[in-house]
Amino acid sequence: MAFLTGDPIELPPLLASVCSPARGGVSVFLGQVRDHHEGRAVVRLEYSAYGPMAEAECARIVTEAERRWTVRVALRHRVGSLAIGDVAVAVVAASAHRADAFTACRFVIEEVKLRVPIWKREHYADGTVTWVDPTATLQHV
Amino acid sequence: MPAAAVSAVTVRVLLFASYAEHLGAEAMDLTLPSPATVADVVDHLRGLPGGRLLPVKPLCARNLAHAGQDDSVTDGDEIALLPPLAGG
Repeated sequence: MAFLTGDPIELPPLLASVCSPARGGVSVFLGQVRDHHEGRAVVRLEYSAYGPMAEAECARIVTEAERRWTVRVALRHRVGSLAIGDVAVAVVAASAHRADAFTACRFVIEEVKLRVPIWKREHYADGTVTWVDPTATLQHV
Repeated sequence: MPAAAVSAVTVRVLLFASYAEHLGAEAMDLTLPSPATVADVVDHLRGLPGGRLLPVKPLCARNLAHAGQDDSVTDGDEIALLPPLAGG
C-alpha cells in the first residue's frame, strides 16, 4: 500500500477502506497546512521524504496499531508542494466502539511525527525559505 | 598481496533535506575498515567539507529502519542520515 502520495488526499476512499458494518466508531485526524509558524506568515510549503523508508515505517505503525487495538487504520501523507489549507496527513481509525478508534488514531499520528522520515520546507511571506526543525523550537523562543 | 589484508565494508550513504545541502550531495558510496558502526559512518561524513554542520549523533537509518549509533554496518548496507523529522 502506498502511504505517501503526491496527489491531494481524498477522505472518502480512506473511510471506505476501513469502515464496515461491524465498525461503528470512526475517528479521523486531518493535518492541514497552517498559514503561520512561530509568528511568521507561511505562504506554502514542500514535503519531501525518504520514500522507501517512509512507506516501511508507515506500514509498521499501522500494523502496530492494528495489533494493539481492535481497529482498522488508513493513513496517507502528502509529499510535494502544498498550499495553505491543503491536507498534509490523514489518519482514519475504525473500530466497533469509539475508545479504540480515538486511541489508535492518536497513536498513529503521534508515531508518524516521531518516526516517519519526512521533511518540511516552509516558504514565508518575506521570501525566506527554511527547513522546519521541530526539535529547535526552544531556540526561537 | 599482504597476508592479512584489512577487510572493508562499502555502504551506500543517503542524505536528505538540510543534511544534503550541508554536504552538497544526496548520496555517496563510502568504504570503511571492518568492523564498522553507524557512528563510524557519521564520523567519516563529519570529516568531509560541510560535514561539521552535521550533529555528532544524528538520527540514522540502516536498510530502511531506524538504527542506533552503535549498530554494526555490513557490506552493501544503505545508511541514511535523517535531519529532524517534520512530517504530520
